[in-house]
Amino acid sequence: MSNIQDIILNAVPEALIEEKQKLTVTVEPKQLHPLVKALYENKDLPFDYLISLIGMDWEDKLGVIYLFSSSKDMSQEIAVITATEDRENPLLYSITDMYEAAHLNEREVYAMLGIRFINNPDMRRFLLDGDWNGYPLCKDYDADPTLNPITIANKEITDLAPRIMEDENGNLVESVANIFDEDDYIINIGPQHPSTHGVMHFRTALNGEVVKKIDVNSGYIHRGIEKMCETMTYPQILHLTDRLDYLSAGMNRHALCMCIEKAAEIEVPMRAEYIRVIMDELNRISSHLLAWAAHCNDLGATTAFVYGVREREHVLDIFDKTCGGRLIINQNVVGGVMFDIYPDFQKDVKAFIPYMREKLVEYDDFFSHNPIALNRMVNVGNMSREDAITYAVTGPAGRGSGFSCDVRIHKPYSLYEKVEFKEVIRTEGDSYARYMNRLDEIEQSLHIIEQLIDDIPEGEILAKVKPIIRLPEGQYYQSVEAGKGEFAVFIESKGDKFPYRVKFRSPSLAAVSVMPLICKDELLTDFIGIGGSMDYVIPDIDR
Amino acid sequence: MKQPLELTGLISNLHTFFRSNLTPFWATVIEGALVLIAVLAAYAIIALALIYIERKITAFFQSRLGPNRLGKYGWIQSVADLIKILIKEIIHINKVDKVLFYAAPFFVIVSSVLTFGIIPFGQGLQAVDFNIGIVYILAVSSIGIIGVLLAGWSSNNKYSMIGAMRSGAQFISYELSAGFALMTVVVLSGTMQVSEIVESQRYAWNVFNGHIPAMIAFVIYLISGHAETNRGPFDLPEAEGELTAGYHTEYSGLQFGFFYLAEYLNMFIIAAIATTVFLGGWMPIQVQGWDGFNQVMWYIPSYVWFFAKTGVLIFFSLWVRWSFPRLRIDLLLNLEWKYLLPINLVNIIVMVVVVLLGWTLEDLFPIFRP
Amino acid sequence: MDVNKVKIKALPSDDFKDNETLQAYIDELNATGTNVVVGKLDQMINWGRANSLWPLAFATSCCGIEFMAAAAAHYDLARFGMEVVRNSPRQADLMVVAGTIVHKMGPLLRRVYDQMAEPKYVVAMGACAISGGPFVNSYHVINGADKIIPVDVYIPGCPPRPESLFYGLLQLQRKVKVEKFFGNKRIVRPYNPDTLINPKTGETVKVENEFNK
Repeated sequence: MSNIQDIILNAVPEALIEEKQKLTVTVEPKQLHPLVKALYENKDLPFDYLISLIGMDWEDKLGVIYLFSSSKDMSQEIAVITATEDRENPLLYSITDMYEAAHLNEREVYAMLGIRFINNPDMRRFLLDGDWNGYPLCKDYDADPTLNPITIANKEITDLAPRIMEDENGNLVESVANIFDEDDYIINIGPQHPSTHGVMHFRTALNGEVVKKIDVNSGYIHRGIEKMCETMTYPQILHLTDRLDYLSAGMNRHALCMCIEKAAEIEVPMRAEYIRVIMDELNRISSHLLAWAAHCNDLGATTAFVYGVREREHVLDIFDKTCGGRLIINQNVVGGVMFDIYPDFQKDVKAFIPYMREKLVEYDDFFSHNPIALNRMVNVGNMSREDAITYAVTGPAGRGSGFSCDVRIHKPYSLYEKVEFKEVIRTEGDSYARYMNRLDEIEQSLHIIEQLIDDIPEGEILAKVKPIIRLPEGQYYQSVEAGKGEFAVFIESKGDKFPYRVKFRSPSLAAVSVMPLICKDELLTDFIGIGGSMDYVIPDIDR
Repeated sequence: MKQPLELTGLISNLHTFFRSNLTPFWATVIEGALVLIAVLAAYAIIALALIYIERKITAFFQSRLGPNRLGKYGWIQSVADLIKILIKEIIHINKVDKVLFYAAPFFVIVSSVLTFGIIPFGQGLQAVDFNIGIVYILAVSSIGIIGVLLAGWSSNNKYSMIGAMRSGAQFISYELSAGFALMTVVVLSGTMQVSEIVESQRYAWNVFNGHIPAMIAFVIYLISGHAETNRGPFDLPEAEGELTAGYHTEYSGLQFGFFYLAEYLNMFIIAAIATTVFLGGWMPIQVQGWDGFNQVMWYIPSYVWFFAKTGVLIFFSLWVRWSFPRLRIDLLLNLEWKYLLPINLVNIIVMVVVVLLGWTLEDLFPIFRP
Repeated sequence: MDVNKVKIKALPSDDFKDNETLQAYIDELNATGTNVVVGKLDQMINWGRANSLWPLAFATSCCGIEFMAAAAAHYDLARFGMEVVRNSPRQADLMVVAGTIVHKMGPLLRRVYDQMAEPKYVVAMGACAISGGPFVNSYHVINGADKIIPVDVYIPGCPPRPESLFYGLLQLQRKVKVEKFFGNKRIVRPYNPDTLINPKTGETVKVENEFNK
């Protein structure tokens, strides 16, 4: 770590370095870009993976917390904080020239906090409409419904992107650029479309049937979860995490529980850990199965879709018997799990494992080697390793491009240090690699469950937790490997029973932000297929 | 031979009755009207039956149950759909090209009814039969694509437009293959008249009679026929995942019903033509010299034979449809222009050689000669 | 007409809840009496409509997944003749609003609804579509789809299980079965458009439709 501190101090001597839960560096806005550049270009350990970009309102200041990691060693993380005191016209410097992942994140920060980023070529608001009054995540946001009334009047979509650029002399120049060319043939794929996996809105310029340019437009399911969290106690927030990426509901919740447990120093009983991990892996299987099914459906194989959902029901039955929920399992709570496993749990899970293995073979026979399917997937939607890293694409999609990013291996949590499993990595980077990765990960998950299912220890399932949890002042991070990739929770606490700020890192956001790149010059048909292979969940993006 | 269940007797009785009681003109008019009603009724009934059958078979492939609430096994499900769609509102859209928009469904349905007319459902059960039957089939079945193109163009909707353009490229390409495949059979049987083609297959179906080239033509016809009907792995024009509903996105109510009916009927028509041309049509299985066997086979009425053979082909078509993912437009056109069409061209020459040199089954083994 | 005469196969009407509401609707519709011939025709039309409800899944979040599960092998929506999912609103009879409706989506929900052809029905699936559910206090969530469009059946749950969805759809079938095609009488559905405000003028938008004329 001292090495990194040297690099930081070399780049920005005034930087304030603190050893908190993560190495935290605080700099002035002007110095942010040089610092990040130094970290990015560091030869031995380049911090080239932007985990999260968190807009903050500290009441006296508006700022951003950047969370970086390295593709070489994911366990190395560094938090960079910068803030401006200008609340009227907050301006910070963009890092989009190094991190493509920053594009949508900076736009989101603009929509939520009103901070504009100098040198970001596209400073439209993400998630919210352009004419939204106020910035919701600001502490002084006026939530009066008459300011932003419900309307059914259709709004014109403008493709004009305002931007603030710094010219050579250091002057700020505001300008407006059109996203599309004058005579582009633009079709709207979404928000209400059968194959966008939710309510994503892709403005797609076509050249014949070839995709020329895609503009990602989201927010059609933005529910303001992060703002709601600020007025809820910690146990109440748990329910909202389930509804982010509902396909990996249990894993999301696990992340938040661990974050709170770490901060409040709560010891989770071993039995609860076992149950958590087994449920997580079952959840991952169900998530991957649905992703597989939806991907096949996007390629036009309806029968495969039905088969995938059929097998998924077996997992859901186990969830159902354990805790009553099917999709959203209210299992994890702070300090353990809410329900103990039922007597036949082990039997059911053990029956499921060989059944699922058999079905995986069936999937291979039925679809994975089908010539049409291969034509539709092999060498389609190529994403190189560099692209995956700079867009921060994790999960099976990132690993399909050779980016080793499994949180369970690099930043082990819960029981993952104890179990033995392989990280599934392919280097082709096409749709087929992502497709096969999911099927292989189902097998790995089965393997993990096999190792744990027989020795679930007896004992408590819930540690003693105070009815009202107050986290000590500070910033807390926790990431887990969810179905779609790295899901992370950030909590800033002021010692109150409510969090001061909660931010969720959405793996799907990265998957969507890379779509314009990998779909360029592909056919419209393949655009849908690639979307299926990326497997994003929109409510996770919109929050 | 005894054929107690055939309808030929009834038809000829009706014919004599009208001829003896009416002037020739009125007899023709009434007979024409009866045929028209019969064809349209058969069209509607077959379509409804097919919709039900497809839903049930789909359910079977997908380990589901399928409709089972209306009647036993849900067999009148399509009737409910029909009633609903008949009285469903037809939305009038302001910004469409009105004439073309309203005309398009009729092109599609008229094309499929016209083709339907030439299918010999059984002995004597054929509305249209003349000496250039095969050319007629090719001609009228191509009218449908005009309807699809008009629908896509006039809807003023970008999805429809893309769907229609895909459909145009696909249909025109595969029409070539289908045409050549049928021509191969014309070379083999030496006639274009549908009834004669059926008659000539009494002891050896064309697909066996012309052995290798005929089998190739049969497979090519099934593939291209499948592609022409916009179904199965070839359903690009209405690719649900991409284009919501393709060229008929903007159609509602009965207009959509027309497209929907025509889609199912076209599937039937392709199977029926393949049956007629390659699988002996309504001819029962016959073996030269086995008179007892032949007699038993003739007891089964010809229309049962016809629907049984067609049914097998339809099942096969559904099987393909629910097993494969959708092709991409470039793969689709590659398949046609780089593989099917060249194979077809060679195949037709091979067939000519086979016929000229007397290598057909009928020529080689007299037992197969009618 | 008595509510017990509204028959759903394999499920007697005593097993349904909220029969009183349906009875009240029936009484309202039959207040002026029924012609025998027309009554029979009505029955036939309603039978057709009720058994051929082709859905359009307006799926925005979790409930959409449960809708998909309901359509797949384990539960099989096809049993009720409802598996023909039409993605084009023009061809759909029933809109299943599955998921949260937010401010940005509101106009689009209304637009898709307006694009549907009569007769059209709306099912609000899940807590969010009924009232905003867990997000009721959010700044960007519309508290229920019935602020935008009229809703026929509400299916509670978060998300509702496929069984609940089926129960709701069967209730909808019962509702359809008491309609009167002749005389164009339909059940007035709960709908509160008075909350809609035109952002330009600041006035309440009066939404003209067949229900509040």
